[in-house]
Amino acid sequence: MADDAAHRTLTLQILRFNPQEPGSTPRMQPYQLEEADGMTLFIALNEIREKQDPSLQFDFVCRAGICGSCGMMINGRPGLACRTLTTQLPPETTLAPLPVFELIGDLSVNTGKWMRHMSERLATWVHMKRAEVDLGRIEEAMEPELAEQIYLLDRCIECGCCVAACGTARMREDFVGAVGLNRIARFRLDPRDTRDDAAYYELIGDDQGVFGCMSLLACHDLCPKDLPLQTQIAFLRRKMVVAGLR
Amino acid sequence: MKIVYTDVLIIGGGLAGLRMAIGAKRRGHEAIILSLVPAKRSHSKAAQGGMQASLGNVIKGQGDNEDVHFEDTVRGSDWGADQRVVRMFVNTAPKAVRELAAWGVPWSRVRKGDREVIINSQKITITERDEAHGLLAQRDFGGTKRWRTCYVSDGTGHAMLTAMADQAIAASIPVHERAEALALIHDGGRCYGAVVRDLITGELSAYVAKATAIATGGAGVLYRVTTNAVICEGIGHAIALETGVAALGNMEAVQFHPTGIFPAGILVTEGCRGDGGLLRDVDGHRFMPDYEPEKKELASRDVVSRRMEEHLAKGKGARNRFGEHLWLDITLLGEHHIKHNLREVYEICHYFLGIDPAKEWIPVRSAQHYTMGGVRTTPTGESPTLKGLFAAGEAACWDMHGFNRLGGNSVAETVVAGMIVGEFIADFCDRSENDLDISTAVVHDHLEREQARLDAMLAGRGTERAGELRVAMQQIMTAQVGIFRRGKDLERAVEQLQALLVRSRNIGVRYQAAGANPELVTAYRTQKMLRLALTIAYGALVRTESRGAHFREDYPRRNDADWLKRTLAVWKNETDTLPTLTYEALDVKTMELPPGWRGYGAKDYVDHPDTAARQKEVDAIKEKLAASGRFAVQETLMPYEQLLPPRFRGRNERIDERF
Repeated sequence: MADDAAHRTLTLQILRFNPQEPGSTPRMQPYQLEEADGMTLFIALNEIREKQDPSLQFDFVCRAGICGSCGMMINGRPGLACRTLTTQLPPETTLAPLPVFELIGDLSVNTGKWMRHMSERLATWVHMKRAEVDLGRIEEAMEPELAEQIYLLDRCIECGCCVAACGTARMREDFVGAVGLNRIARFRLDPRDTRDDAAYYELIGDDQGVFGCMSLLACHDLCPKDLPLQTQIAFLRRKMVVAGLR
Repeated sequence: MKIVYTDVLIIGGGLAGLRMAIGAKRRGHEAIILSLVPAKRSHSKAAQGGMQASLGNVIKGQGDNEDVHFEDTVRGSDWGADQRVVRMFVNTAPKAVRELAAWGVPWSRVRKGDREVIINSQKITITERDEAHGLLAQRDFGGTKRWRTCYVSDGTGHAMLTAMADQAIAASIPVHERAEALALIHDGGRCYGAVVRDLITGELSAYVAKATAIATGGAGVLYRVTTNAVICEGIGHAIALETGVAALGNMEAVQFHPTGIFPAGILVTEGCRGDGGLLRDVDGHRFMPDYEPEKKELASRDVVSRRMEEHLAKGKGARNRFGEHLWLDITLLGEHHIKHNLREVYEICHYFLGIDPAKEWIPVRSAQHYTMGGVRTTPTGESPTLKGLFAAGEAACWDMHGFNRLGGNSVAETVVAGMIVGEFIADFCDRSENDLDISTAVVHDHLEREQARLDAMLAGRGTERAGELRVAMQQIMTAQVGIFRRGKDLERAVEQLQALLVRSRNIGVRYQAAGANPELVTAYRTQKMLRLALTIAYGALVRTESRGAHFREDYPRRNDADWLKRTLAVWKNETDTLPTLTYEALDVKTMELPPGWRGYGAKDYVDHPDTAARQKEVDAIKEKLAASGRFAVQETLMPYEQLLPPRFRGRNERIDERF
């Protein structure tokens, strides 16, 4: 067993605010707890809620870094709390909700509502040639490399970290963010989608779309899934310039 | 009183729920989905390794078809499954995977020519056929005779769920996120929808629907160590149980996955072993061939998990500061393979363990993984006792998994059941006799009752803490209702859980906000979970045999003579502390595959008196129709196609079975 004396006392400074509660005002609240072996922010926050403060709000679902529920500002940088080991943090850590998204309370934000709106607006589904396929028949072939390239962009978990890190999103409420642009890049690659660049231009060929990006690229640096957002946005911008000139 | 009316109310926004809603909507019925979380964050997302469908594109899958998939699934279930439902499933799985391919899932594809693979720790070269180039690829999984598991790297569930949720958006199906069904509205014979709590505002409303479907997934959080997401608390199971009318089937059948990372219980996919990974002990010895010479690491999950625990009990475990574990070794697969086909595993090892799985072994131990039991339904997905209530996916027991589910059959089931049950829901809504005729007084009563329960907890007079009761329950379930079960432990578990249930009636909450209130949520869910835990523990106590994942040390043999039957649990009165159990016999005389040895695990079992006669009959039919082809044989042995919706009948094309 590990030596208990070796464990640090951690302080988590958490931004508290419950818009549902009349009279609630935003404030920082410190919580102290003893670090444990293998502790993640998932474990730490649950321990605080169980033992110290039952009112604390936050979101976890998979606690394995794949569902995108637990994006939050960890010492000022967006990241996934569930897979952040406390050993990587200083003794005092600040936690705040992701900006841009509607606040539900404390560390919980409504990314779901934002993402649904983005999906509806950008029509983020394959626009098929025929509404029905003959399900008994052998599927259409696709080059293995292409399938893998599509999957690489399809790995987005809609956690909202790219939006929270985005300079444009802070200034333009209606910016679709790297998450939206990446979705378009993914469908552009997919031969099953019938849309062409003229159609994509209608969706993202303006300042709310690809031309709103200021190339600060914090999205790329902070994406928990390491998506190649920088190259995808740059590529998309070139293609949309061409489509716009036509 | 706020009432929302719709044709179809779907509780749960994972793959099964989304697919049912899409099916109903296409047939012209309005559907609303309730989801605790944004649909794309549902636990379907966590399926890593893949989805079984007998396409037979890869060379190691050649010769695969519905018949082989059928036999693997029934053997996997240890003959607990309803074989007609398994047939419906295996025939629809290829259609499901192909539908998803058309909807944009970036399935991994076959590349023609030579490639190196690891089989039984040997590097060998296999050659994929030219005509398979670009078609969906399959990998090996436990308990299967052929390579059948279609996959998207190791993010299969993620890719499937993304495509499915986007299709639901395309169909303009509303998903009411952060909404929780607290109780079903019913009059003892007909289900009319649910009382729903908004998890942001705390407001209660009634959703009234012609058809209500439960698709809430599993109940892993009843256990201390589980691979399940924190939302998999079995609340869908529980609200069906609390009607006192709908039954839960086979709740004692709980699967433990061999490779949860130790100690967090986060899943690493069976694809690791399917692709050639090995299990090793403290000495680095590969121990599975000692126990299971036929299937080795790729026996079914119940068998591998038990063998691992057996080996640990012999003192062969490695040890770290959290306790004893075994090793999963995928270093032999090489960095390229891991970084392309096992990306999520790579990330999980990197972030949670700080290791590189291409260079180091992964500490693993079995963890609760899957709930075979669920809301008992007919093959149409409808409760036979509560009209208008449907269920699909992990939350349901139409019974294709019996007492053990095969890897790759869960995400496959979610989509297949969603397709099939979605059609039957639409049929139900089409019939005018199923129009709504509910009195608002019934709705009002249900709403008031739920509000009163919450108010009582919020009044704060109760002295019990829900969190403490929950932890106690989880400890009991893991320690006494786990992989190895003993009568004495189970008796004690039932008593202890009953005591917790009684205490849970006196839960109070410290934080008294009526709106978003995590403590209140824990409180009301814990009461429901305790009923479910008791249903599992009591079912396990009464079932004095071993079958699939249910293993009794004091009754180690499968006993078809006495126990080839399905457990049905009903919670008759709110004040009861135990469910009422009845049993539904499986009919050996109509089975396509009569009970026998599974091909792995124990060879010792007690036969059912009808087995020998049925086996003879089956053999005779097979011999007589040998020249007529496999479809004729199957149809004579056990006709099932009439059970499928017309839309999903028909054969499946393959490279070797062209139309």
